[in-house]
Amino acid sequence: MAGGFVYNAIDQTEVATAEIYGKAIADIMLNAPKVVAITADLAKSTKLGDVLKVCPERVINVGIAEQDMMGVAAGMAKAGMVPFVSGFSAFCSMRACDQLHTDICYQKANVKIVATHSGTSFGQAGSTHHAITDLAITRAMPNLTVIVPADGVETANAVNAAYATEGPFYIRINRGFDLVLNTTMDYGFEVGKAVTVNEGTDITVIACGSCVAQAKKAAEFLSNADGLSVRVLNMHTIKPIDKEAILKAVLETRRIITVEDHLVTGGLGSAVSEVVVDSGKACAFKMLGHQGFAMIGLQEDIMADAGIDANGIIAAVREVMKKDFEEDDNWDDEY
Amino acid sequence: MALSKQEWLALEKKAHELRHLTLQTTVWAGSGHLGGGMSVLDLLTVMYYKYLNIKVDDPKWEDRDRFILSKGHAAIAYAPVLCDKGFNDVEMLKTFNLSGSKMGMHLDSNKVVGVDASTGSLGHGASIAAGTALAARLQGKDFLTYIVTGDGELGEGSNWEGFMTMNHYQLSNCIVYIDRNHCMIDGNTEDVMKLEPLADKLTAFGFNTICIDGNNIKELCDATDAAIARSKEKCNPTCILMDTQKGAGLPVAGDYHCHYMAIDDPTFEQYKKELDAYYAKRVERAEKEGE
Repeated sequence: MAGGFVYNAIDQTEVATAEIYGKAIADIMLNAPKVVAITADLAKSTKLGDVLKVCPERVINVGIAEQDMMGVAAGMAKAGMVPFVSGFSAFCSMRACDQLHTDICYQKANVKIVATHSGTSFGQAGSTHHAITDLAITRAMPNLTVIVPADGVETANAVNAAYATEGPFYIRINRGFDLVLNTTMDYGFEVGKAVTVNEGTDITVIACGSCVAQAKKAAEFLSNADGLSVRVLNMHTIKPIDKEAILKAVLETRRIITVEDHLVTGGLGSAVSEVVVDSGKACAFKMLGHQGFAMIGLQEDIMADAGIDANGIIAAVREVMKKDFEEDDNWDDEY
Repeated sequence: MALSKQEWLALEKKAHELRHLTLQTTVWAGSGHLGGGMSVLDLLTVMYYKYLNIKVDDPKWEDRDRFILSKGHAAIAYAPVLCDKGFNDVEMLKTFNLSGSKMGMHLDSNKVVGVDASTGSLGHGASIAAGTALAARLQGKDFLTYIVTGDGELGEGSNWEGFMTMNHYQLSNCIVYIDRNHCMIDGNTEDVMKLEPLADKLTAFGFNTICIDGNNIKELCDATDAAIARSKEKCNPTCILMDTQKGAGLPVAGDYHCHYMAIDDPTFEQYKKELDAYYAKRVERAEKEGE
């Protein structure tokens, strides 16, 4: 870990996820003169206030110019610095897509992108500001590690891990507060390794970001109401994905549901399905996510509308549990 | 210090050799971006044989000057320079564009030694250059960043984002060259997408703009000296607007059709003679105007 600040459950109830990012990066920058924060007129929105207090000379604001932000970051990385780029997920991934591809990923530039306002967390801003294609885009970029932290504590862990690891990172966080999932930082966060949030043997729900807490809630409800044993995996790293945890889920639970605040196309569900299909092992499979552009509104309402909140997950688990998916070799009676 | 006649002639000789090597590489490759390669070759020559503070035996030296070829398709001329300079084996040029080669139409900084930025997609160099220049400032280093863009390339709005950053942060340690060869793939720039009044636009974006003949070694050196002199103080950066000829030195010079060419054997022989004649004229000029 880079600095001395440790984040806990109380911090998360008082400090928004992006603010924890701001504190984490400020903490790193205090002791690391080569780290620089770059933003495109979003220093306030992406919570770089603490960095501005600690080392204002190392906050580079390029104005409303995301392509420039990515190119400048690549140049700085090429000259030995470690840039943390902060911007809205929608614009980091789409407006600056070519720069992300060519300047950062192709060149393996040591740039860390902390993309805020991800998924539908800026729900009322509408589809221009929803980031529900960014995982499909970033997951397709060679050399890029893609992380979707589930809460503030995990964001701090992801930022520290990104700083400690050479190469480009895309860390996708929400606007505002996240439901608290982790109460301390030492729960075993490791890039590329899923965290088992809930043990289970009947079905596995693989989630990322804000959907992890929803999946945990659903699992607790289903345990009490239906007597189901639902495994919940926090797949915080979308790339490289934890194949081992996925295949273990296939073999041990035979039923998988993925859930994400992203289009069902190209994100977590696609990543998990690729592992399953490639393994040649069969399992019941359902992907939860947005089916198209999302509605305008509060994130919790959008998530309910898309069926990616606890209620939606409960309904999906019940649906998949009804399917006949046995461990025998008879394919005729499978759904 | 003004360019001496002796140095001018030496640079002319080197540029001449590199024009031949670029033409030869185009033949080895089967085809190439010969027009834009030839228009920028004089700049590449003065950069790599006079100005850049670099170490061939330590290509990643952290205090080296940076050179960013934003018009990445001019790799057909840039690769010969990097090989002739000693960063890569000249034999590699025989593999240019071939399957499995480290050298393709646009150079990869992770594969070709001496390349500071992988380019090819246009409009990326300015921001990268702004980044390296900013990094120099923040780290208290005095290396310079040189960047060249094409003129047609300026249609990409991202260039102007980078220019704004250079000027906002007063990155006089970044020197911008624009290869104004007046041509793009589909025609002349003023027919396809008007750029003029380009010098006024650059000045309006905050540059100290210097207009020169970009195929004149002496003018290139004088302008670069002036830009370097200004780089010692934090102030607005210099943009050197180089009026050049696409395909300079070839009979097709000035014709936008020479953007990308395949060269057959008779043409190769003809072009080599044309390059020799072009060189003779340039030597004559250097002899007459040099001091």
